[in-house]
Amino acid sequence: MIQLDHVTYAYPGQGARPVFQSFSWEAGRGDAWAVLGPSGCGKTTLLYLLAGLRAPQSGSVLIDGQALSRPRPQTGLILQEYGLLPWATVRQNAELGLQIRGFYGPDGTHAPREPHLKVGGDQVSAWLKRLGLAGLAGQFPQQLSGGQRQRTAIARTLVLHPDLLLMDEPFSSLDAPTREALQALTLELCAEHNLTLVIVTHAIEEAVVLGKKILLLGHPPNREALVLENPLAGQPGFRDTAQYLDVCRELRGRLEER
Amino acid sequence: MKPRETRLRDLLLAALAVVALWQIAAWAVGRPVLPGPVAVARAFWFELGRGSLAVHLLASLWRVAASTFLAILLAVPAGLVLGQSARLNRFFAPVVYLLYPIPKVVLVSVLLLLFGTGDLAKILLIFLVLFFQILVLVRDQAASLRPELIHSVRSLGAGRRALFRYVFLPASLPAILTALRQSVGTSVAVLYVAESFATQRGLGYYISLNGSTLFNYPAMYAGILAMSLMGLGLYFGVDWLERRLAPWLYVN
Repeated sequence: MIQLDHVTYAYPGQGARPVFQSFSWEAGRGDAWAVLGPSGCGKTTLLYLLAGLRAPQSGSVLIDGQALSRPRPQTGLILQEYGLLPWATVRQNAELGLQIRGFYGPDGTHAPREPHLKVGGDQVSAWLKRLGLAGLAGQFPQQLSGGQRQRTAIARTLVLHPDLLLMDEPFSSLDAPTREALQALTLELCAEHNLTLVIVTHAIEEAVVLGKKILLLGHPPNREALVLENPLAGQPGFRDTAQYLDVCRELRGRLEER
Repeated sequence: MKPRETRLRDLLLAALAVVALWQIAAWAVGRPVLPGPVAVARAFWFELGRGSLAVHLLASLWRVAASTFLAILLAVPAGLVLGQSARLNRFFAPVVYLLYPIPKVVLVSVLLLLFGTGDLAKILLIFLVLFFQILVLVRDQAASLRPELIHSVRSLGAGRRALFRYVFLPASLPAILTALRQSVGTSVAVLYVAESFATQRGLGYYISLNGSTLFNYPAMYAGILAMSLMGLGLYFGVDWLERRLAPWLYVN
């Protein structure tokens, strides 16, 4: 599904030190990955590379065998905050992707070539209902709680039937119960729609709950992909087991080493 | 935001206070140059009914409306382009900074020479004032959009055109309305200057004719009243537009 082949990426004007240097990594279809590392390690950069919002200086990013040159219509991206249009209601925000697809038509660049989705259909209503937003459809983002806002962002993404879901610290500004509920929801939706998930986080606990595989990044430049298997992630009650604590402890140790 | 009835009541109270102060000042001055509100109200009705004040009012309103429309039409796209392209803005920002503070009113004789004594010169003068105000506000608004928002919308498939349509344009709407509200006062003031020269129509002409040629002071104040009411009407018009076009500014 995802192949990073000897990717080198440096931000312009930051001297010679790249964030990634000849970095290779692979993720399979349906995998649930968590990307963990301290701030400034390049987690978000990795996500933007996968989203096609940044291009590597050398090496290639392949998704489904295709080299990325721009955002891919089947990839969904959910950011920590500020991803919703403040001037649009929940429903209008959820419809935005469909609007944009309607704007370009099925051109294969901005939208998939097969036009199976239309604005004003029932699928937006169905997603709003599924995510508990039906009663809030007419509200503006500033009237919502943080959790409701992220649900809206999820609805907006999933209504487009993505096969790859990229999330950048999506739950880190939420309170603990809301965060845990949305983590459970994410797992449920990924399983249901066979989504490949890459979630970036700085929270060890979140990485262990969501990532069946955990990619550890350290201080740049990142040269090698350090991967930890966490096969029990996503199982109900995993958070309360001894294995969960073991994985957390191991990750904490590895992060300190890096 | 106060409910509409309270705002209306406050406005009426304020109007009453202004009228009372005006009457007191008129009594204190006691000369024809400052007639009382009753005399002016009578002159206002008379001039409006006789037709000439209404014609001048319409002429002025047309000039303000045309220049505002033109300013929005040109300044909004320019502001949007500068706001979303840091490179273009680096190039044009110094130009804007040089031209923005020039009081455009000083150009009145130049414009009259270049564009004649018709409506065009007057419309261009008001346009110049509004253009820079709208340009700067829209540009700053577009530039202040959070990169996260742009990234999110791009990830939904939006290219440059869709970003303009779904992000930059709606985001600049409050800036356009703010610029309009701020410029109502300015455009009416500039209107007066523009219409004091080389014209026979418009409230500016009407005021200066009655004030300094005919010495018909009640009629002159009737003209001032008409100009203020026009400004107030435009101000409320912008308010109304904002409520209709930007409802998210009024929640919570």
